[in-house]
Amino acid sequence: MRTATNVISLRGATKQFGGLVAVDNMDFDVTEHEVKGLIGPNGSGKSTTLNLISGALTPSDGEIVLRGTPITGLPAKDIARLGVSRTFQLVRLLPSMTVLENVMAGAVFGHRRRWGRAAEQHAMAILEKVGMARQARAHFSQLTYIDTKRVELARALAGEPEVLLLDEWLAGLNPTELQAGIELIHALRDEGRTIILVEHVMDAIRSLCDSCVVMSSGKKIAEGTPEEVLSDPDVVRAYLGDEDA
Amino acid sequence: MRRKDWQTLGFAALLLLVAALLPLTGDGYLISLGVSIAMYTVLATSWALFSGPTHYISLATAAFFGVGSYVTGSWIEIIPYWALLPIAAVAGGVLAALVGLATLRLSGVYFVIFSLGLAEMIRQVVTWYQNQTGHKGTYVLTDMTDSGIYWQLLGLAGLVYLAGWAIGRSRLGFALRIIGEDEDVARHVGINTALSKVALFVVSGAVAAVVGAIIAPRYVYIEPAIAFAPMLSFQVVIMALLGGTGRLWGPLVGVVPFTLLWEVISASFPNQTTLLLGLSFLVIVYLLPGGFVGLYDRLRARRALRGVPA
Repeated sequence: MRTATNVISLRGATKQFGGLVAVDNMDFDVTEHEVKGLIGPNGSGKSTTLNLISGALTPSDGEIVLRGTPITGLPAKDIARLGVSRTFQLVRLLPSMTVLENVMAGAVFGHRRRWGRAAEQHAMAILEKVGMARQARAHFSQLTYIDTKRVELARALAGEPEVLLLDEWLAGLNPTELQAGIELIHALRDEGRTIILVEHVMDAIRSLCDSCVVMSSGKKIAEGTPEEVLSDPDVVRAYLGDEDA
Repeated sequence: MRRKDWQTLGFAALLLLVAALLPLTGDGYLISLGVSIAMYTVLATSWALFSGPTHYISLATAAFFGVGSYVTGSWIEIIPYWALLPIAAVAGGVLAALVGLATLRLSGVYFVIFSLGLAEMIRQVVTWYQNQTGHKGTYVLTDMTDSGIYWQLLGLAGLVYLAGWAIGRSRLGFALRIIGEDEDVARHVGINTALSKVALFVVSGAVAAVVGAIIAPRYVYIEPAIAFAPMLSFQVVIMALLGGTGRLWGPLVGVVPFTLLWEVISASFPNQTTLLLGLSFLVIVYLLPGGFVGLYDRLRARRALRGVPA
């Protein structure tokens, strides 16, 4: 049974802000070890969908299920403990703490909780993985842009989440950094992690995603492998307008 | 625990012991000054336990302090004195929990204003109640001496430092630092932000109430205007910020000079105490962000940069 391996399922997930329906009746499943891309033009509701899953926003309607447990409308702290962790569209580090402490925040309070030496060692191991172990004692202000992103990713990984949400993690990187960034996410994919990523960088989507959900004006307009959806006339129309379809 | 921790503990215990010798001088003025310093040290340190890491500025100290004073004032004739202190702690803690649950969702300036308003409201309620019963205030007659009060406050200071030290090494302490940095991130890494904040607010409220209960016999006669004086809340904030809330010993470093200065000014220019409060505030904002602790840390960082062993 396919449903048995679903990590995250959205059924009719909807978010209304007053008269505006930002996310309209979203349905999709993310299976174990799958990397799911959430793509679409600006303002199509991708980040809002991510916010519904992480608990930053409460759905107006519909249901979200994490490994059989409904998480619809739970506070973000509970969803984090159940195994959803995320990065933010604009990097959010804890500015007066060291890199190591930032990552320990995830290790101490996340899905799998550790404390003391165990938390520190675990955080160091994760920093090693994202290539930041040497800067463990550094402060936020001393880091380059991609390094702040690496630290935020490490914090999200430190709680050993069931599913990782990346909100435009590759945005704003220069071409060299972008290459390094894609390789890093690729390494996570090879480890068999379950990931939902909101992304604009097409190269990244092609090389990273097993499947994609395409959104336009809050609705899902296509779902399938990157090749399938990117050649879908509806998708081309949503991105480029009618003439090019 | 590491060796350095034991050294710090031992050093703190030694300081406390030396401070405990003060009443042996028999100098009434010194002892009374000691009572003031000990009282503000406990209040400012426990205030900083909550407000330091979270950056929630609470002006509710007077509310808890006043409730504690009234616990002693109202029941000293009925209940043995030693039982009053835990009762005051519970009363202060329960009040803090209620206030915390209702207000800690408020952010920034709204929380500040609410906490100030709370102290005023309780003062009005107590005044109203006393008017109903035909009293203006309450006599607190005990055989407690200034030295006795001083020693109790020192003991309480020891407890507060121990609690602060333990919290600083706990998950709760780490959670509060994260909350102070970015509450959204705190929630998304799985921290129960409301519970963490309320827990610390309860600790600081309970301590302030016990201080009020211990101090009440010194006033002999208490009325709402004394027990709930809003000035107290401001003094505590200024002293804690002057010292700096980044370290456990920070508030103490602010309390000592401020209390001495306050003594001098209220003795010679009794009407200018508010001016001192205002000036101190300006000094903190413009010259000493982070207080003396911040200054100390900056100097140390500069020395480390020059390669001089700090």
